[in-house]
Amino acid sequence: MKEFAGATGLILNEPLLWEKGKKGRCGYSLPRQDVESFPLDNELAGEGPDFPDLSEVDVVRHYTRLSQWNFGVDTGMYSLGSCTMKYSPKTNERQAGLSGLAGAHPLLPSDLSQGTLRMMYELEQYLAEITGMDAVTLQPAAGAHGELTGMLIIHAYHKNRGAQRSMILVPDTAHGTNPATATLCGYSSVEVKSNENGILSVESVADLMDEDTSGIMLTNPNTLGLFEENIREISEIVHSKGGIVYCDGANLNAVMGIVKMGKIGVDVMHLNLHKTFSTPHGGGGPGSGPVCVKKQLEQFLPVPRIVEDKGNYAFSDNYPESIGKVQAFHGNIGVMIKAYSYIVSMGPKDLKMASRLAVLNANYIKESLKDTLHLAYDRPCMHECVFSDEKQRDDHVTTFDMAKRLMDYGFHPPTVYFPLVVHGAIMIEPTETESKEDIDKFIEAFKAIANEAKEAPDLLHNAPGKSKVRRLDEVSAARKPCLTG
Amino acid sequence: MRFLPHTSEDIKSMLQVVGADNIDDLFSTIPDDCLSKDDLALPDALTEWELDSHMSALSDAMAVSPDYKVFMGAGSYEHYIPASVSFLLGRSEFVTSYTPYQPEVSQGTLQAIYEYQTLAARLLGMEVATASHYDGATALAESLLMAVRITRKKRVAVSSLIHPLYRKVVRTYFEPTGYQVIELPYLKNGLTDLAGLVELNDLAAVAVQSPNFFGCIENLKEAGEKVHNKDALFITCFTEALSYGLLKNPGSQGADIVCGEGQSMGIPRSFGGPALGMLASRKKYMRSLPGRLVGQTKDLDGKRGFVLTLATREQHIRREKATSNICTNNSLCALAAAIYMASVGGTGIKKLAELNHDKAEYLKQELKKAGSKISFESPTFNEFVVEFPEGFDSVYDRLLKKKIVAGLPLTEYYPELTGHYLLCATETMSKNDMDALVREVKS
Repeated sequence: MKEFAGATGLILNEPLLWEKGKKGRCGYSLPRQDVESFPLDNELAGEGPDFPDLSEVDVVRHYTRLSQWNFGVDTGMYSLGSCTMKYSPKTNERQAGLSGLAGAHPLLPSDLSQGTLRMMYELEQYLAEITGMDAVTLQPAAGAHGELTGMLIIHAYHKNRGAQRSMILVPDTAHGTNPATATLCGYSSVEVKSNENGILSVESVADLMDEDTSGIMLTNPNTLGLFEENIREISEIVHSKGGIVYCDGANLNAVMGIVKMGKIGVDVMHLNLHKTFSTPHGGGGPGSGPVCVKKQLEQFLPVPRIVEDKGNYAFSDNYPESIGKVQAFHGNIGVMIKAYSYIVSMGPKDLKMASRLAVLNANYIKESLKDTLHLAYDRPCMHECVFSDEKQRDDHVTTFDMAKRLMDYGFHPPTVYFPLVVHGAIMIEPTETESKEDIDKFIEAFKAIANEAKEAPDLLHNAPGKSKVRRLDEVSAARKPCLTG
Repeated sequence: MRFLPHTSEDIKSMLQVVGADNIDDLFSTIPDDCLSKDDLALPDALTEWELDSHMSALSDAMAVSPDYKVFMGAGSYEHYIPASVSFLLGRSEFVTSYTPYQPEVSQGTLQAIYEYQTLAARLLGMEVATASHYDGATALAESLLMAVRITRKKRVAVSSLIHPLYRKVVRTYFEPTGYQVIELPYLKNGLTDLAGLVELNDLAAVAVQSPNFFGCIENLKEAGEKVHNKDALFITCFTEALSYGLLKNPGSQGADIVCGEGQSMGIPRSFGGPALGMLASRKKYMRSLPGRLVGQTKDLDGKRGFVLTLATREQHIRREKATSNICTNNSLCALAAAIYMASVGGTGIKKLAELNHDKAEYLKQELKKAGSKISFESPTFNEFVVEFPEGFDSVYDRLLKKKIVAGLPLTEYYPELTGHYLLCATETMSKNDMDALVREVKS
């Protein structure tokens, strides 16, 4: 049998922080006391927090050991669908760490912050070009925050026209953030069913769209990894009823340089710089969720906006129709720098190539595994493909079991049980940065697991067996929450 | 391109498996009128070395320490960051992993965030803390919405001494909800005027920041009693987390929900982001919290382990009925804060906070001696408001040329405070730096 990456090794145990250390230690070099001390009034002063005292070595060992219990993209293939876990170039970390960029105060006068302002201005231009939209805000901190910003813009648009609406169309394949965001903006979500091909039909949208519906919030390519082929007709219907077309750009990685959403009917979309533009996910953020809009929505973008005049950059608050601010300052600059570095390192040709290869990798997996796993929609996919555990049901093995077993082979599992329209979904997004050899191993691993499902299903039921911990009791974690120690 | 591993041979053999002649065929489901005909109009690719010099030039066009002395806080603070914190934070197992949905291969992130939640709760004197939010402003907006959910009342009051930009974010979040936001005025001594509360009814929550935007330390205990008398939740907010190394924590003063900004703890300013939204509450409100939570549990062998928990509050399960739409948060920033808190430690954080207070007090006293007026008499932590003599704006500009940023002019945020500046001095300011500022102001 071929050797897979998954192996056991010497993994070290590590207690909780406060189970270590001794009072009186300190892992920090206290700056010199070069001024007299001015004790604070006893009425105001407290005892100070009950933190453990640790030396620098205690801290370094602690977090080094913890880090070794994690699986990252740098560890191996991370096929989490809809998350675009591509490789994050190391040079980007260097750029974001440059002292001028990392050390700057957000309220510096603009003369003293031209470097960051220029980077932001150019990044806005690049994102507008890639999406075919007219104007961009970089302020939102993450995808869901971008969604909220986009929905607030739609809300402001209808309010500005003097006729607020109460509903929004959301496809049944949507991310959970979409309906949750709609609720935050006071819109009730109306579910649109996808058709037998996994995409939206013109008729289903036409049936539901009316003049009390603010628009549609779709994802293109959608979460089944399929291109919404009817998007032009759908947009026309939504527009004819005075609605706005929102595109969740979570899956832009499939179509850079291939489709410009702004040219096919989309009015507003958010991007996830931490997906498409290679900035690392950090175990759950920080991300960055820029929002791109067409001309008619530009006036509603958050403030301040960056304006350019003869090579000089400045902030302007002079947009009276703006929705206001969505973060205290200007957004996640550290993340923007990495995305900017990625775009200028790739250039137009390789950005397009990245999308082409992402789609090639996904189709290669789809074709290679469709005899092993049930393929939900057997048609060409974009950047991801969705299988299910239907073929394994007779073996009494579930998606969950296969996902856990994949860890033992040295892979991070795909996204499971999403999208909801596919029962027992297994959603695989390899991204373009996986080589053919690594993908071949992944395919072989899945085939071996399907075989085990028949011959030794308990291997799957008990998986993973090689990780730091075995399956965890999530039910009692929620029933009797222990959130602090 | 070094991030794209495919050779032409790879592409050929993969296309064979797929049954396509070329990659373009894979895009056949996209209607022709949706395909972009032109190449992207973006600059040509830079090599790694060209990128280095391009980015260094951008970095050089920024005014930062040690070249510049920036006496500006206002929600973004300069603090020393130990090399060990930055180094550990760069471990790629932490940096390149996703939200820990698969706990067996994410125990590093999960234990670290559980520890962060614990340290954050201890710092703020609360029972539970979330895994992180985007920044202090969004944490405040989410806290106020949480109070509306808990109390089912549709009005909140916020102090006008909460960071002005935070209040703007709150207004943006509240705009479509129809809930009302009332601002409470401030007193001559630089503290929030809560007298108007008596007149207000049906309040879900009252939010007060301490130290407030003027740097003044609010009397949270008294404020909390007044708020609870109105049967509203007491939310306290902060922009300078380090202050709770020295001050009484908000939990001990009666806060129900505490929220604010954790950037001070090991996170570089980065022109304002990424930052760290901190949010903590009493245990009884745990199931109304927005955002991620990590909990302790056991594995099949009874070994301690950690998982994301109480997910039934969240968007991926509850969809339109979720407590928030938050998905990605600022996990790596929470990790930075945890490593920072662990490094500084219980003994260290108290000393460090005292040093911040001492430095700012020194600057305050010296400016006073030099003839400037301290605008508000209430005690402060590491920033305070100064009224400079008329015509100081030209001095301010002259100082910029000398690479000194003499605080934040307040006119834009409080039009009645023309000539008043918010100044900050943390542990990074030496006596010499402060003496130089005082000399310049005097001359």
